Amino acid sequence: MNQRPCAIVPPRRHEGTKRALYKTFFVSSCLRGVRTSPAKAGHYRWFAVGIVAFLAMTVVQAQQVTFDRLLHADREPQNWLTYSGSLFGHRYSPLTQITPGNVKNLELQWVFQTRGPAEPTEKSEATPLVVDGVMYTTLSPNHVVALDAATGRMFWMFSPRLSTLARVCCGRVNRGLAILGDTLFMGTIDGHLIAIDAKIGKPIWDVSVTKPELGYSLTVAPLVIRDKVIIGPAGGEYGIRGFIAAFDAKTGKEAWRFNTVPAPGETGHDTWPQGSDAWEHGGGSIWVTGSYDPDLNLLYFGTGNPGPDWNADPRPGANLYTDSVVALNPDTGALKWHYQFTPNDEFDYDSTQVPVLADIEWAGRPRKVMLWANRNGFWYVLDRATGEFLRGKPFVRVNWAEGIDEKGVPKRVLHATAEGTLVYPNNQGATNWYSPSFSPRVGYFYIPSWMDTSSTYTKGPAEYKEGNQYVGRFPTMPVQPLRTGPGNVNTRTPQEGWGAIQAFDAKTGELKWQFKMSDVTDSGILATASDLVFAGGREGYFFALDARTGAQLWKGSVGGQVSAGPMSYAVNGRQYVAISAGSALFVYALRQ
Amino acid sequence: MTRVIGLLMLAVAVVAAQEHSYTQADIDNGARLYQSSCVGCHGPNGDMVPGIELQRGQFRRATTDTEILQIIQAGIPGTTMPPSSFTATQAGSIVAFLRSRAPSAAAGRGGAVTVARGDASRGKSIFDGKGRCATCHRVGAIGPRLAPDLTEIGTIRPAAELHQKLVEPNAVVRPGNRYVEVVMRSGSKINGRLLNQDTFSIQLLDSSERLVSLSRSDVRDVTFVKDSTMPSYRDTLNADELGDVVAYLVTLKGLRP
Repeated sequence: MNQRPCAIVPPRRHEGTKRALYKTFFVSSCLRGVRTSPAKAGHYRWFAVGIVAFLAMTVVQAQQVTFDRLLHADREPQNWLTYSGSLFGHRYSPLTQITPGNVKNLELQWVFQTRGPAEPTEKSEATPLVVDGVMYTTLSPNHVVALDAATGRMFWMFSPRLSTLARVCCGRVNRGLAILGDTLFMGTIDGHLIAIDAKIGKPIWDVSVTKPELGYSLTVAPLVIRDKVIIGPAGGEYGIRGFIAAFDAKTGKEAWRFNTVPAPGETGHDTWPQGSDAWEHGGGSIWVTGSYDPDLNLLYFGTGNPGPDWNADPRPGANLYTDSVVALNPDTGALKWHYQFTPNDEFDYDSTQVPVLADIEWAGRPRKVMLWANRNGFWYVLDRATGEFLRGKPFVRVNWAEGIDEKGVPKRVLHATAEGTLVYPNNQGATNWYSPSFSPRVGYFYIPSWMDTSSTYTKGPAEYKEGNQYVGRFPTMPVQPLRTGPGNVNTRTPQEGWGAIQAFDAKTGELKWQFKMSDVTDSGILATASDLVFAGGREGYFFALDARTGAQLWKGSVGGQVSAGPMSYAVNGRQYVAISAGSALFVYALRQ
Repeated sequence: MTRVIGLLMLAVAVVAAQEHSYTQADIDNGARLYQSSCVGCHGPNGDMVPGIELQRGQFRRATTDTEILQIIQAGIPGTTMPPSSFTATQAGSIVAFLRSRAPSAAAGRGGAVTVARGDASRGKSIFDGKGRCATCHRVGAIGPRLAPDLTEIGTIRPAAELHQKLVEPNAVVRPGNRYVEVVMRSGSKINGRLLNQDTFSIQLLDSSERLVSLSRSDVRDVTFVKDSTMPSYRDTLNADELGDVVAYLVTLKGLRP
């Protein structure tokens, strides 16, 4: 046995509250291949005493979640404090109890079913948060629950009354919560941002952010930066004008708003037709959580498609800042830089992916970069301090552009036509909202990919009418856009599209391995510090791969389609892995 | 004279509330039937059909319990509301469930809301001061969490019930407001508000406002605390002051009134 001492993080004290002593930590320096108990180390005798004394009490919420804790989430690997597990967007767990050697012993610990008969599109896209043994997550459309993270038993449920005016293009979904202090934050499909007391599940404030009757909805998990809650609206199919807005976490008062489509007189408006109101319905929605670099003090968000989706005639020009990443000062909302992945998009290539912030060696020196696998079929490396384009390569079959030039502009060759244009990748994209993952240990960037998928785009009329869809003509495609048919029955040929987990070397861009799936995938990916990769797909499996080789190590059946990202946490020294599938949450741990 | 009318209205309201009282079993049965037969169209919160909010007492074509019951049984011809095979008892239990979700609206028909003839601003002063209500109850982001949160109490409780609670705190303790004392096998005790329980575990908010989940195998005994920890204000507040506090409480309509 390769024994190395466990690095046990000692308890910290916050705001006068005592950290619960029973918390067990095991990080990547712990023994690998064995279940590690700090008590076995022979040190920290208080720790063992604590475990005995608190054995009966399985869950205690011990202390407030400060912004410092969000910034240093890696110091408390037992918790999962933000949508992506860290502000860097890695979806990477430092926990190491579950290893390539023992992952075959994973077994289901508990399942949490949503209440009531959900609509087929009311699938769970949420990533739970776990704070000191308590799990907080959302159920479609906007129920919030607090659960014992070890057993799945419920402490409370909060169900806000929603306006019947809410309209969403693609299902009444919610992607999760943010937390600061004792307060949870949730956006609602009817355009409200609600602060909820984490202990009793009662609302503290509830502000109307935007107008649901015009197709604005809040589905994204908010992001907390210092004392502000950051959120923006979905609604790219309703002719919205997108924005990113910050709200005071204590009061709900709006602090700033950055419009993703500039008004006349603002920088970037010259990428819209002049003397037209096209910009007012120009899209640029926000529906996937951004990332934050504390050293640069920059907040990054990806933006959605321009409106109308599939007919660019009303909006000649690049259409900033749609299909872009914007870097903002989180204190003021001021734009530092932007990069547009798909100028004048006609194919619904939202850039609503999680910005993955990696520190890697680039051209022989350390560089702060951003990894971005885009819906348009290219994956990018950008300098995240300046927005400089460093690299952009296709990761699936792409025919709408013949590569990307040195300045980072795609060499566009196809457009939607009246006769119909066959375009790779398809309308749902080469990837989409499904979280990628980055392992700083291995240096690989993991992408949930749709391989060999195409759509035929036929240009159709698009007229803006308040509250109605403003899209053009929906493209045709062999793959069902949001879910494979009832029972996940799949009878497609490989030429009609399949799915994969792809692992790219972030530094070299080289494809290291890919794990093929018959059906496409709407599942996010989790990498762990024990070199495991967890993911699922439409077929109703949840599985573990070797992060270095892609070898399949374990699989479990979850029945329903996975449309969320996995996450990992620990309670009382036991590591769990959680995944939503269908409308239920499944939680696994090693057999005891 | 106003006060006299107020008290008379209070008496009427209490009677009215009793006329519409249902057993918990009625409500529970109604909840099950609602989940199985109504939620598909009306939604879990009863607000999926435009213009109707079943659980807030907002109907298009019914006012009284009897009218609602008849619609549940017979449906509404020419609309998507179908007839059902529910017995009157079953349909009545659905009404009980709906009314339990919006008792203030139900009582409003009986005039209970008008009992709040007191002065809400004076009531708030008593709530925060002499009555010491705020030392236990939370409103919005202010106050402790162990006692019931009152942020939207004016939406979910009729005035008559609030008045009764002030003078007879033990008369009705809602299931969600029950306190337990748990004795662990180790001999230690945990007190708190019961949040949830099952055959194998118990969840509570303990007296230090911590979420606690216990395995029954570690528990020796669980005792429901019989008496409410809330004091009676029968002797400490006079009739006017009680009316003022109730007047204040009914103004607490939550964050989305």
